[in-house]
Amino acid sequence: MLDITSIRQDFPILQQEVNGKPLIYFDNAATSQKPRQVIDALTHYYAAINANVHRGIHFLAEKATEAFENTREAVAKMINAPSKEQIIFTRGTTESINLVAASYGRTFIGEGDEIIVSTMEHHSNIVPWQMLCQEKNAVLKVIPINDAGELLMDEYLKMLSPRTKLVAVMHVSNALGTVNPVAEIIRLAHEQGAKVLIDGAQAAPHYRIDVQALDVDFYAFSAHKMYGPTGMGILYGKRELLEAMPPYMGGGEMIKEVSFKGTTYNEIPYKFEAGTPNIGDAVAMKAAIDYMQSIGQEAIAKHEQDLLTYATDAVATIPGIRLIGTAHQKASVLSFLIDGVHPLDLGMMLDAKGIAVRTGSHCAMPLMERLGIDGTVRASFAVYNTEAEIDTFAKELRKAAETLR
Amino acid sequence: MTIQEIQDEIIDEFALFDNKEDRYGYIIELGKKLAPYPEAYRTDDFLIKGCQSKVWIKPEIQNGNLVFYGDSDSTLVKGIVSLLLRVLSGQPAREIAAADLYFIDRIGMRQMLSMNRSNGLAAMVKQLKLYALAYTSTDTPN
Repeated sequence: MLDITSIRQDFPILQQEVNGKPLIYFDNAATSQKPRQVIDALTHYYAAINANVHRGIHFLAEKATEAFENTREAVAKMINAPSKEQIIFTRGTTESINLVAASYGRTFIGEGDEIIVSTMEHHSNIVPWQMLCQEKNAVLKVIPINDAGELLMDEYLKMLSPRTKLVAVMHVSNALGTVNPVAEIIRLAHEQGAKVLIDGAQAAPHYRIDVQALDVDFYAFSAHKMYGPTGMGILYGKRELLEAMPPYMGGGEMIKEVSFKGTTYNEIPYKFEAGTPNIGDAVAMKAAIDYMQSIGQEAIAKHEQDLLTYATDAVATIPGIRLIGTAHQKASVLSFLIDGVHPLDLGMMLDAKGIAVRTGSHCAMPLMERLGIDGTVRASFAVYNTEAEIDTFAKELRKAAETLR
Repeated sequence: MTIQEIQDEIIDEFALFDNKEDRYGYIIELGKKLAPYPEAYRTDDFLIKGCQSKVWIKPEIQNGNLVFYGDSDSTLVKGIVSLLLRVLSGQPAREIAAADLYFIDRIGMRQMLSMNRSNGLAAMVKQLKLYALAYTSTDTPN
Protein backbone atom coordinates (compact mmCIF):
# COMPACT_ATOMS: atom_id res chain seq x y z
CA MET A 1 0.00 0.00 0.00
CA LEU A 2 1.29 3.44 -0.91
CA ASP A 3 1.39 6.16 1.70
CA ILE A 4 -0.50 8.77 -0.33
CA THR A 5 -0.47 11.30 2.52
CA SER A 6 3.30 11.41 2.46
CA ILE A 7 3.39 11.36 -1.37
CA ARG A 8 1.09 14.41 -1.39
CA GLN A 9 3.58 16.23 0.82
CA ASP A 10 6.06 16.04 -2.07
CA PHE A 11 3.83 18.25 -4.25
CA PRO A 12 3.87 21.90 -3.10
CA ILE A 13 1.11 22.93 -5.52
CA LEU A 14 -1.38 20.53 -3.92
CA GLN A 15 -1.17 22.36 -0.60
CA GLN A 16 -3.06 25.41 -1.86
CA GLU A 17 -6.69 26.48 -1.81
CA VAL A 18 -8.58 27.39 -4.98
CA ASN A 19 -11.72 29.52 -4.65
CA GLY A 20 -11.55 28.98 -0.90
CA LYS A 21 -11.47 25.18 -1.17
CA PRO A 22 -8.58 22.72 -1.03
CA LEU A 23 -7.39 22.15 -4.60
CA ILE A 24 -8.52 18.86 -6.11
CA TYR A 25 -6.47 18.39 -9.25
CA PHE A 26 -8.11 15.97 -11.68
CA ASP A 27 -6.56 17.27 -14.91
CA ASN A 28 -3.56 14.96 -14.91
CA ALA A 29 -4.02 13.76 -18.47
CA ALA A 30 -3.37 17.36 -19.58
CA THR A 31 -0.32 17.73 -17.36
CA SER A 32 0.60 16.26 -13.99
CA GLN A 33 1.92 18.25 -11.05
CA LYS A 34 5.61 18.22 -10.13
CA PRO A 35 7.15 16.92 -6.91
CA ARG A 36 9.61 19.00 -4.90
CA GLN A 37 12.40 16.69 -6.14
CA VAL A 38 11.82 17.85 -9.74
CA ILE A 39 11.46 21.53 -8.79
CA ASP A 40 14.65 21.28 -6.72
CA ALA A 41 16.50 19.65 -9.61
CA LEU A 42 15.53 22.58 -11.84
CA THR A 43 16.58 25.13 -9.25
CA HIS A 44 19.83 23.30 -8.58
CA TYR A 45 20.63 23.15 -12.28
CA TYR A 46 20.31 26.91 -12.70
CA ALA A 47 21.90 27.71 -9.35
CA ALA A 48 24.89 25.41 -9.63
CA ILE A 49 25.63 23.80 -12.98
CA ASN A 50 24.13 25.82 -15.84
CA ALA A 51 26.35 25.80 -18.93
CA ASN A 52 25.92 24.94 -22.58
CA VAL A 53 26.40 21.27 -23.32
CA HIS A 54 28.81 19.27 -25.49
CA ARG A 55 30.94 22.17 -26.67
CA GLY A 56 32.54 23.65 -23.61
CA ILE A 57 35.92 22.62 -22.26
CA HIS A 58 35.35 24.15 -18.84
CA PHE A 59 34.26 22.58 -15.59
CA LEU A 60 30.58 23.62 -15.69
CA ALA A 61 30.14 22.60 -19.33
CA GLU A 62 31.33 19.16 -18.41
CA LYS A 63 29.02 18.95 -15.40
CA ALA A 64 25.99 20.15 -17.38
CA THR A 65 26.77 17.73 -20.22
CA GLU A 66 27.06 14.86 -17.77
CA ALA A 67 23.72 15.70 -16.10
CA PHE A 68 22.06 16.12 -19.50
CA GLU A 69 23.34 12.79 -20.79
CA ASN A 70 22.44 11.05 -17.51
CA THR A 71 18.80 11.72 -18.35
CA ARG A 72 19.23 10.10 -21.74
CA GLU A 73 20.68 7.08 -19.97
CA ALA A 74 17.83 6.99 -17.45
CA VAL A 75 15.16 7.24 -20.16
CA ALA A 76 16.85 4.46 -22.17
CA LYS A 77 16.86 2.24 -19.10
CA MET A 78 13.27 3.11 -18.19
CA ILE A 79 11.85 2.06 -21.56
CA ASN A 80 14.46 -0.70 -22.12
CA ALA A 81 15.98 0.88 -25.22
CA PRO A 82 18.98 -1.02 -26.61
CA SER A 83 21.18 2.10 -26.46
CA LYS A 84 21.02 5.67 -25.22
CA GLU A 85 21.73 7.04 -28.72
CA GLN A 86 18.23 5.95 -29.66
CA ILE A 87 16.72 8.44 -27.21
CA ILE A 88 16.15 11.79 -28.94
CA PHE A 89 15.23 14.84 -26.90
CA THR A 90 12.40 16.94 -28.31
CA ARG A 91 10.00 19.60 -26.99
CA GLY A 92 7.27 17.04 -26.42
CA THR A 93 5.23 14.23 -27.94
CA THR A 94 3.91 16.56 -30.64
CA GLU A 95 7.39 17.47 -31.80
CA SER A 96 8.47 13.81 -31.65
CA ILE A 97 5.65 12.85 -34.02
CA ASN A 98 6.34 15.82 -36.30
CA LEU A 99 10.00 14.83 -36.43
CA VAL A 100 9.10 11.35 -37.68
CA ALA A 101 6.55 12.74 -40.14
CA ALA A 102 8.99 15.31 -41.53
CA SER A 103 12.15 13.21 -41.56
CA TYR A 104 11.11 9.58 -41.96
CA GLY A 105 7.88 10.42 -43.74
CA ARG A 106 9.28 12.74 -46.38
CA THR A 107 12.08 10.30 -47.16
CA PHE A 108 10.35 6.94 -47.14
CA ILE A 109 6.70 7.65 -47.94
CA GLY A 110 5.65 8.36 -51.49
CA GLU A 111 2.68 8.63 -53.80
CA GLY A 112 0.01 5.99 -53.25
CA ASP A 113 1.58 4.74 -50.01
CA GLU A 114 -0.76 4.32 -47.08
CA ILE A 115 -0.56 5.58 -43.51
CA ILE A 116 -2.97 4.21 -40.91
CA VAL A 117 -4.14 6.14 -37.86
CA SER A 118 -7.16 5.53 -35.61
CA THR A 119 -10.42 7.40 -35.00
CA MET A 120 -9.47 8.10 -31.39
CA GLU A 121 -6.15 9.84 -32.11
CA HIS A 122 -5.19 13.16 -30.57
CA HIS A 123 -4.83 15.89 -33.21
CA SER A 124 -1.05 15.64 -32.75
CA ASN A 125 -1.13 12.17 -34.25
CA ILE A 126 -3.47 13.12 -37.10
CA VAL A 127 -2.45 16.49 -38.50
CA PRO A 128 1.27 15.75 -39.17
CA TRP A 129 0.20 12.69 -41.20
CA GLN A 130 -2.46 14.64 -43.04
CA MET A 131 0.15 17.23 -43.97
CA LEU A 132 2.51 14.49 -45.14
CA CYS A 133 -0.18 12.74 -47.19
CA GLN A 134 -1.10 16.02 -48.82
CA GLU A 135 2.52 16.72 -49.71
CA LYS A 136 3.26 13.21 -51.00
CA ASN A 137 -0.11 12.22 -52.43
CA ALA A 138 -0.19 9.39 -49.93
CA VAL A 139 -3.39 7.98 -48.44
CA LEU A 140 -4.51 8.29 -44.83
CA LYS A 141 -6.66 5.43 -43.55
CA VAL A 142 -8.52 5.42 -40.25
CA ILE A 143 -9.15 2.45 -37.96
CA PRO A 144 -12.78 2.62 -36.77
CA ILE A 145 -13.88 2.07 -33.17
CA ASN A 146 -16.87 0.52 -31.42
CA ASP A 147 -19.23 2.47 -29.14
CA ALA A 148 -17.20 1.52 -26.07
CA GLY A 149 -14.21 3.27 -27.57
CA GLU A 150 -12.17 0.23 -28.59
CA LEU A 151 -10.36 -0.24 -31.89
CA LEU A 152 -12.00 -2.63 -34.34
CA MET A 153 -9.02 -4.90 -34.83
CA ASP A 154 -10.70 -6.92 -37.61
CA GLU A 155 -11.10 -3.73 -39.62
CA TYR A 156 -7.48 -2.83 -38.93
CA LEU A 157 -6.37 -6.22 -40.19
CA LYS A 158 -8.39 -5.70 -43.40
CA MET A 159 -6.77 -2.29 -43.95
CA LEU A 160 -3.23 -3.56 -43.75
CA SER A 161 -1.57 -4.38 -47.05
CA PRO A 162 1.87 -4.15 -48.66
CA ARG A 163 0.89 -0.54 -49.46
CA THR A 164 0.83 0.27 -45.73
CA LYS A 165 4.06 2.09 -44.94
CA LEU A 166 3.31 3.40 -41.46
CA VAL A 167 0.84 2.87 -38.63
CA ALA A 168 0.54 5.67 -36.06
CA VAL A 169 -1.65 4.86 -33.06
CA MET A 170 -1.92 6.04 -29.48
CA HIS A 171 -1.07 3.64 -26.65
CA VAL A 172 -3.69 5.08 -24.30
CA SER A 173 -6.54 7.42 -25.27
CA ASN A 174 -6.44 10.83 -23.59
CA ALA A 175 -10.17 11.35 -24.11
CA LEU A 176 -11.53 7.90 -23.22
CA GLY A 177 -8.79 6.14 -21.26
CA THR A 178 -8.84 3.15 -23.64
CA VAL A 179 -5.64 1.10 -23.52
CA ASN A 180 -4.98 -0.09 -27.05
CA PRO A 181 -3.50 -3.53 -27.87
CA VAL A 182 -0.28 -1.98 -29.20
CA ALA A 183 1.77 -5.20 -29.19
CA GLU A 184 -0.74 -6.79 -31.54
CA ILE A 185 -1.03 -3.62 -33.65
CA ILE A 186 2.75 -3.62 -34.09
CA ARG A 187 2.98 -7.36 -34.85
CA LEU A 188 0.28 -7.19 -37.52
CA ALA A 189 1.83 -4.10 -39.15
CA HIS A 190 5.25 -5.73 -39.25
CA GLU A 191 3.79 -8.75 -41.05
CA GLN A 192 3.03 -6.36 -43.93
CA GLY A 193 6.40 -4.66 -43.71
CA ALA A 194 4.96 -1.43 -42.24
CA LYS A 195 6.63 0.62 -39.53
CA VAL A 196 4.79 1.64 -36.38
CA LEU A 197 4.85 4.84 -34.33
CA ILE A 198 3.17 4.71 -30.93
CA ASP A 199 2.03 7.94 -29.25
CA GLY A 200 2.76 7.07 -25.64
CA ALA A 201 1.97 10.45 -24.07
CA GLN A 202 -0.82 8.96 -21.93
CA ALA A 203 0.85 5.58 -21.35
CA ALA A 204 4.31 6.48 -20.07
CA PRO A 205 2.96 8.08 -16.85
CA HIS A 206 1.06 4.90 -15.93
CA TYR A 207 2.80 1.84 -17.31
CA ARG A 208 6.23 0.38 -17.66
CA ILE A 209 7.10 0.63 -21.36
CA ASP A 210 9.44 -1.92 -22.92
CA VAL A 211 10.25 -0.84 -26.47
CA GLN A 212 12.16 -4.02 -27.22
CA ALA A 213 9.40 -6.34 -26.03
CA LEU A 214 6.93 -4.28 -28.09
CA ASP A 215 9.34 -4.31 -31.04
CA VAL A 216 8.05 -0.79 -31.76
CA ASP A 217 9.76 1.31 -34.44
CA PHE A 218 9.06 4.73 -32.90
CA TYR A 219 7.74 5.60 -29.45
CA ALA A 220 6.94 9.19 -28.42
CA PHE A 221 6.10 10.67 -25.01
CA SER A 222 6.43 13.79 -22.82
CA ALA A 223 8.02 14.48 -19.45
CA HIS A 224 5.29 16.86 -18.29
CA LYS A 225 2.61 14.18 -18.06
CA MET A 226 4.84 12.02 -15.86
CA TYR A 227 5.65 14.42 -13.00
CA GLY A 228 8.43 16.05 -15.02
CA PRO A 229 8.98 19.52 -16.49
CA THR A 230 7.22 20.97 -19.53
CA GLY A 231 8.96 21.43 -22.87
CA MET A 232 10.72 18.09 -22.65
CA GLY A 233 9.78 15.23 -24.94
CA ILE A 234 11.25 11.91 -25.99
CA LEU A 235 11.42 10.13 -29.30
CA TYR A 236 12.69 6.56 -29.24
CA GLY A 237 13.46 5.00 -32.59
CA LYS A 238 15.07 1.86 -33.93
CA ARG A 239 18.70 2.52 -34.71
CA GLU A 240 18.62 1.58 -38.40
CA LEU A 241 15.64 3.88 -38.96
CA LEU A 242 17.14 6.84 -37.12
CA GLU A 243 20.40 6.39 -38.98
CA ALA A 244 18.65 6.28 -42.35
CA MET A 245 16.60 9.41 -41.62
CA PRO A 246 17.80 12.88 -42.68
CA PRO A 247 18.04 15.66 -40.07
CA TYR A 248 14.84 17.40 -39.05
CA MET A 249 16.33 20.83 -38.41
CA GLY A 250 19.63 22.38 -39.37
CA GLY A 251 21.83 24.23 -36.91
CA GLY A 252 24.47 23.71 -34.29
CA GLU A 253 25.09 20.33 -32.68
CA MET A 254 23.59 18.35 -35.57
CA ILE A 255 26.65 18.71 -37.81
CA LYS A 256 30.09 17.16 -38.11
CA GLU A 257 31.59 19.69 -40.48
CA VAL A 258 30.13 22.68 -42.25
CA SER A 259 31.54 24.30 -45.35
CA PHE A 260 29.93 26.05 -48.28
CA LYS A 261 30.96 23.10 -50.44
CA GLY A 262 28.88 20.78 -48.33
CA THR A 263 28.03 19.76 -44.80
CA THR A 264 28.26 16.43 -43.02
CA TYR A 265 25.87 15.53 -40.26
CA ASN A 266 26.50 14.35 -36.74
CA GLU A 267 25.57 10.89 -35.45
CA ILE A 268 22.35 10.02 -33.67
CA PRO A 269 20.91 11.34 -31.41
CA TYR A 270 22.69 14.68 -32.03
CA LYS A 271 21.76 14.69 -35.70
CA PHE A 272 18.19 15.43 -34.53
CA GLU A 273 19.04 17.91 -31.78
CA ALA A 274 19.92 21.16 -33.56
CA GLY A 275 20.55 24.20 -31.40
CA THR A 276 20.94 24.58 -27.66
CA PRO A 277 18.68 21.97 -26.13
CA ASN A 278 16.33 22.40 -23.19
CA ILE A 279 19.11 21.45 -20.76
CA GLY A 280 17.50 22.45 -17.49
CA ASP A 281 14.29 20.56 -18.15
CA ALA A 282 16.20 17.55 -19.48
CA VAL A 283 18.19 17.41 -16.26
CA ALA A 284 15.03 17.75 -14.17
CA MET A 285 13.35 14.96 -16.13
CA LYS A 286 15.74 12.50 -14.53
CA ALA A 287 14.46 13.58 -11.12
CA ALA A 288 10.94 12.75 -12.30
CA ILE A 289 12.00 9.30 -13.50
CA ASP A 290 13.83 8.68 -10.22
CA TYR A 291 10.75 9.83 -8.33
CA MET A 292 8.41 7.47 -10.19
CA GLN A 293 10.81 4.60 -9.72
CA SER A 294 11.25 5.31 -6.02
CA ILE A 295 7.49 4.84 -5.60
CA GLY A 296 7.40 1.99 -8.12
CA GLN A 297 5.67 2.15 -11.49
CA GLU A 298 3.56 -0.94 -10.74
CA ALA A 299 2.40 0.55 -7.44
CA ILE A 300 1.47 3.82 -9.17
CA ALA A 301 -0.48 1.94 -11.86
CA LYS A 302 -2.33 -0.11 -9.26
CA HIS A 303 -3.29 2.94 -7.19
CA GLU A 304 -4.57 4.73 -10.29
CA GLN A 305 -6.59 1.70 -11.38
CA ASP A 306 -8.14 1.54 -7.91
CA LEU A 307 -9.03 5.24 -8.16
CA LEU A 308 -10.64 4.71 -11.57
CA THR A 309 -12.77 1.83 -10.25
CA TYR A 310 -13.72 3.87 -7.20
CA ALA A 311 -14.61 6.95 -9.29
CA THR A 312 -16.61 4.92 -11.79
CA ASP A 313 -18.73 3.56 -8.91
CA ALA A 314 -18.95 6.96 -7.19
CA VAL A 315 -20.55 8.71 -10.16
CA ALA A 316 -22.68 5.77 -11.32
CA THR A 317 -25.77 6.86 -9.37
CA ILE A 318 -25.79 10.48 -10.59
CA PRO A 319 -29.02 10.90 -12.59
CA GLY A 320 -28.46 11.11 -16.33
CA ILE A 321 -24.75 10.33 -16.23
CA ARG A 322 -23.26 8.61 -19.26
CA LEU A 323 -19.68 7.38 -19.29
CA ILE A 324 -17.89 8.10 -22.56
CA GLY A 325 -15.35 5.34 -23.07
CA THR A 326 -16.21 2.03 -21.47
CA ALA A 327 -13.37 -0.03 -22.88
CA HIS A 328 -12.50 -3.29 -21.20
CA GLN A 329 -8.96 -2.02 -20.62
CA LYS A 330 -8.81 1.55 -19.33
CA ALA A 331 -6.22 3.87 -17.81
CA SER A 332 -7.16 6.37 -15.10
CA VAL A 333 -9.38 8.61 -17.23
CA LEU A 334 -13.06 9.13 -16.45
CA SER A 335 -14.83 10.86 -19.34
CA PHE A 336 -18.56 11.48 -19.05
CA LEU A 337 -21.61 13.55 -19.88
CA ILE A 338 -24.72 14.32 -17.87
CA ASP A 339 -27.96 14.50 -19.85
CA GLY A 340 -29.30 18.01 -20.31
CA VAL A 341 -26.22 19.70 -18.88
CA HIS A 342 -23.42 21.31 -20.90
CA PRO A 343 -19.96 19.93 -20.01
CA LEU A 344 -18.54 23.46 -19.90
CA ASP A 345 -21.05 24.40 -17.18
CA LEU A 346 -20.13 21.35 -15.11
CA GLY A 347 -16.44 22.17 -15.46
CA MET A 348 -16.96 25.76 -14.33
CA MET A 349 -19.17 24.75 -11.40
CA LEU A 350 -16.57 22.22 -10.24
CA ASP A 351 -13.86 24.88 -10.59
CA ALA A 352 -15.86 27.12 -8.26
CA LYS A 353 -15.38 24.33 -5.71
CA GLY A 354 -11.64 24.08 -6.32
CA ILE A 355 -11.92 20.97 -8.50
CA ALA A 356 -9.90 21.04 -11.72
CA VAL A 357 -11.26 18.92 -14.56
CA ARG A 358 -11.02 19.26 -18.32
CA THR A 359 -13.98 19.88 -20.60
CA GLY A 360 -14.33 19.94 -24.36
CA SER A 361 -13.17 17.78 -27.23
CA HIS A 362 -9.73 17.00 -25.69
CA CYS A 363 -8.01 17.69 -29.04
CA ALA A 364 -9.79 14.68 -30.52
CA MET A 365 -12.52 16.21 -32.69
CA PRO A 366 -12.80 13.25 -35.11
CA LEU A 367 -13.41 10.98 -32.10
CA MET A 368 -16.12 13.31 -30.77
CA GLU A 369 -17.72 13.35 -34.23
CA ARG A 370 -17.70 9.53 -34.32
CA LEU A 371 -19.35 9.42 -30.88
CA GLY A 372 -21.87 12.07 -31.93
CA ILE A 373 -20.98 14.49 -29.15
CA ASP A 374 -19.30 17.91 -28.91
CA GLY A 375 -17.17 17.08 -25.92
CA THR A 376 -17.06 15.54 -22.47
CA VAL A 377 -16.09 16.31 -18.90
CA ARG A 378 -12.87 14.49 -18.10
CA ALA A 379 -11.45 13.67 -14.70
CA SER A 380 -8.01 12.05 -14.84
CA PHE A 381 -6.10 10.70 -11.86
CA ALA A 382 -2.49 10.54 -10.74
CA VAL A 383 -0.57 8.93 -7.88
CA TYR A 384 -1.34 11.77 -5.44
CA ASN A 385 -5.13 11.63 -5.84
CA THR A 386 -7.31 10.05 -3.16
CA GLU A 387 -10.67 8.39 -2.68
CA ALA A 388 -11.66 11.26 -0.39
CA GLU A 389 -11.09 13.69 -3.28
CA ILE A 390 -13.27 11.51 -5.50
CA ASP A 391 -16.02 11.57 -2.84
CA THR A 392 -15.97 15.39 -2.85
CA PHE A 393 -15.90 15.45 -6.64
CA ALA A 394 -18.90 13.10 -6.94
CA LYS A 395 -20.86 15.08 -4.37
CA GLU A 396 -20.16 18.44 -6.07
CA LEU A 397 -20.84 16.98 -9.50
CA ARG A 398 -24.25 15.76 -8.38
CA LYS A 399 -25.00 19.18 -6.88
CA ALA A 400 -23.81 21.07 -9.97
CA ALA A 401 -25.99 18.96 -12.25
CA GLU A 402 -29.04 19.69 -10.08
CA THR A 403 -28.33 23.44 -10.07
CA LEU A 404 -27.88 23.52 -13.82
CA ARG A 405 -30.91 21.49 -14.82
CA MET B 1 -31.00 53.96 -18.37
CA THR B 2 -27.74 54.52 -20.23
CA ILE B 3 -25.22 51.79 -21.00
CA GLN B 4 -23.03 53.11 -18.21
CA GLU B 5 -25.85 53.21 -15.64
CA ILE B 6 -26.86 49.62 -16.39
CA GLN B 7 -23.25 48.47 -16.10
CA ASP B 8 -22.90 50.18 -12.72
CA GLU B 9 -26.13 48.55 -11.56
CA ILE B 10 -24.81 45.09 -12.53
CA ILE B 11 -21.51 45.77 -10.74
CA ASP B 12 -23.50 46.66 -7.58
CA GLU B 13 -25.55 43.46 -7.86
CA PHE B 14 -22.46 41.29 -8.13
CA ALA B 15 -20.79 43.06 -5.22
CA LEU B 16 -23.19 41.15 -2.97
CA PHE B 17 -21.50 37.85 -3.76
CA ASP B 18 -18.26 37.02 -2.04
CA ASN B 19 -17.45 33.80 -3.86
CA LYS B 20 -17.37 32.34 -7.32
CA GLU B 21 -20.01 29.72 -6.61
CA ASP B 22 -22.63 32.32 -5.70
CA ARG B 23 -21.73 34.47 -8.71
CA TYR B 24 -22.14 31.42 -10.93
CA GLY B 25 -25.43 30.58 -9.25
CA TYR B 26 -26.74 34.07 -10.05
CA ILE B 27 -25.52 33.89 -13.65
CA ILE B 28 -27.25 30.49 -14.06
CA GLU B 29 -30.52 32.02 -12.83
CA LEU B 30 -30.14 34.89 -15.30
CA GLY B 31 -29.52 32.40 -18.07
CA LYS B 32 -32.62 30.44 -17.22
CA LYS B 33 -34.69 33.64 -17.22
CA LEU B 34 -33.48 34.94 -20.59
CA ALA B 35 -36.33 35.60 -23.03
CA PRO B 36 -36.79 32.66 -25.41
CA TYR B 37 -34.80 32.87 -28.62
CA PRO B 38 -36.85 32.87 -31.84
CA GLU B 39 -36.27 29.36 -33.27
CA ALA B 40 -36.43 30.63 -36.86
CA TYR B 41 -33.11 32.38 -36.26
CA ARG B 42 -31.26 29.40 -34.80
CA THR B 43 -29.15 29.22 -37.96
CA ASP B 44 -25.46 29.45 -38.79
CA ASP B 45 -25.99 33.08 -39.89
CA PHE B 46 -26.51 34.07 -36.26
CA LEU B 47 -24.11 31.57 -34.68
CA ILE B 48 -20.93 32.58 -32.87
CA LYS B 49 -18.81 29.51 -32.30
CA GLY B 50 -16.71 29.69 -29.17
CA CYS B 51 -14.17 27.10 -28.10
CA GLN B 52 -16.67 24.90 -26.29
CA SER B 53 -20.09 26.46 -26.53
CA LYS B 54 -22.39 27.91 -29.15
CA VAL B 55 -23.97 31.37 -28.97
CA TRP B 56 -26.70 32.80 -31.18
CA ILE B 57 -27.25 36.56 -31.45
CA LYS B 58 -30.02 38.06 -33.58
CA PRO B 59 -30.28 41.85 -34.02
CA GLU B 60 -33.53 43.68 -34.72
CA ILE B 61 -34.47 47.34 -35.16
CA GLN B 62 -37.24 48.60 -32.89
CA ASN B 63 -38.16 52.32 -32.70
CA GLY B 64 -34.81 53.34 -34.15
CA ASN B 65 -32.86 51.35 -31.58
CA LEU B 66 -31.08 48.01 -31.81
CA VAL B 67 -32.65 45.12 -29.94
CA PHE B 68 -30.92 41.75 -29.56
CA TYR B 69 -32.12 38.22 -28.97
CA GLY B 70 -29.56 35.75 -27.69
CA ASP B 71 -29.09 32.16 -26.63
CA SER B 72 -26.41 29.60 -25.81
CA ASP B 73 -26.25 25.85 -25.34
CA SER B 74 -24.34 26.45 -22.09
CA THR B 75 -26.35 27.74 -19.14
CA LEU B 76 -23.52 29.88 -17.76
CA VAL B 77 -22.70 31.38 -21.14
CA LYS B 78 -26.41 32.05 -21.59
CA GLY B 79 -26.31 33.99 -18.34
CA ILE B 80 -23.48 36.08 -19.70
CA VAL B 81 -25.40 36.65 -22.93
CA SER B 82 -28.31 37.79 -20.80
CA LEU B 83 -26.08 40.36 -19.03
CA LEU B 84 -24.67 41.67 -22.30
CA LEU B 85 -28.17 42.03 -23.71
CA ARG B 86 -29.35 43.79 -20.56
CA VAL B 87 -26.58 46.37 -21.08
CA LEU B 88 -26.80 46.81 -24.85
CA SER B 89 -30.20 45.74 -26.14
CA GLY B 90 -32.51 48.66 -26.85
CA GLN B 91 -29.72 51.24 -26.81
CA PRO B 92 -28.93 53.60 -29.70
CA ALA B 93 -26.68 51.85 -32.21
CA ARG B 94 -24.03 54.59 -32.04
CA GLU B 95 -23.63 54.09 -28.32
CA ILE B 96 -23.48 50.31 -28.61
CA ALA B 97 -20.71 50.63 -31.19
CA ALA B 98 -18.73 52.96 -28.94
CA ALA B 99 -19.50 51.25 -25.61
CA ASP B 100 -16.70 50.48 -23.19
CA LEU B 101 -17.92 47.30 -21.50
CA TYR B 102 -15.99 47.66 -18.27
CA PHE B 103 -18.49 45.65 -16.23
CA ILE B 104 -17.13 42.38 -17.66
CA ASP B 105 -13.88 42.79 -15.78
CA ARG B 106 -15.47 44.29 -12.69
CA ILE B 107 -17.71 41.30 -12.03
CA GLY B 108 -14.87 38.84 -12.67
CA MET B 109 -16.43 37.59 -15.86
CA ARG B 110 -13.30 37.71 -17.99
CA GLN B 111 -11.47 35.64 -15.44
CA MET B 112 -14.51 33.40 -15.15
CA LEU B 113 -14.41 32.61 -18.82
CA SER B 114 -10.64 32.09 -18.46
CA MET B 115 -8.06 32.93 -21.08
CA ASN B 116 -8.73 30.12 -23.52
CA ARG B 117 -12.45 30.68 -23.52
CA SER B 118 -12.54 34.46 -23.42
CA ASN B 119 -12.20 34.42 -27.20
CA GLY B 120 -15.82 33.26 -27.10
CA LEU B 121 -16.76 36.23 -24.92
CA ALA B 122 -14.66 38.61 -27.01
CA ALA B 123 -16.26 37.28 -30.19
CA MET B 124 -19.69 37.88 -28.69
CA VAL B 125 -18.93 41.51 -27.82
CA LYS B 126 -17.32 42.05 -31.21
CA GLN B 127 -20.38 40.68 -32.98
CA LEU B 128 -22.77 42.90 -31.01
CA LYS B 129 -20.66 45.95 -31.89
CA LEU B 130 -20.41 44.93 -35.54
CA TYR B 131 -24.19 44.80 -35.78
CA ALA B 132 -24.32 48.27 -34.23
CA LEU B 133 -21.67 49.61 -36.61
CA ALA B 134 -23.44 48.12 -39.60
CA TYR B 135 -26.62 49.80 -38.48
CA THR B 136 -25.04 53.22 -37.78
CA SER B 137 -23.38 53.27 -41.19
CA THR B 138 -26.78 52.89 -42.88
CA ASP B 139 -28.44 55.21 -40.39
CA THR B 140 -28.78 58.81 -41.63
CA PRO B 141 -29.07 61.23 -38.70
CA ASN B 142 -31.89 63.84 -38.85
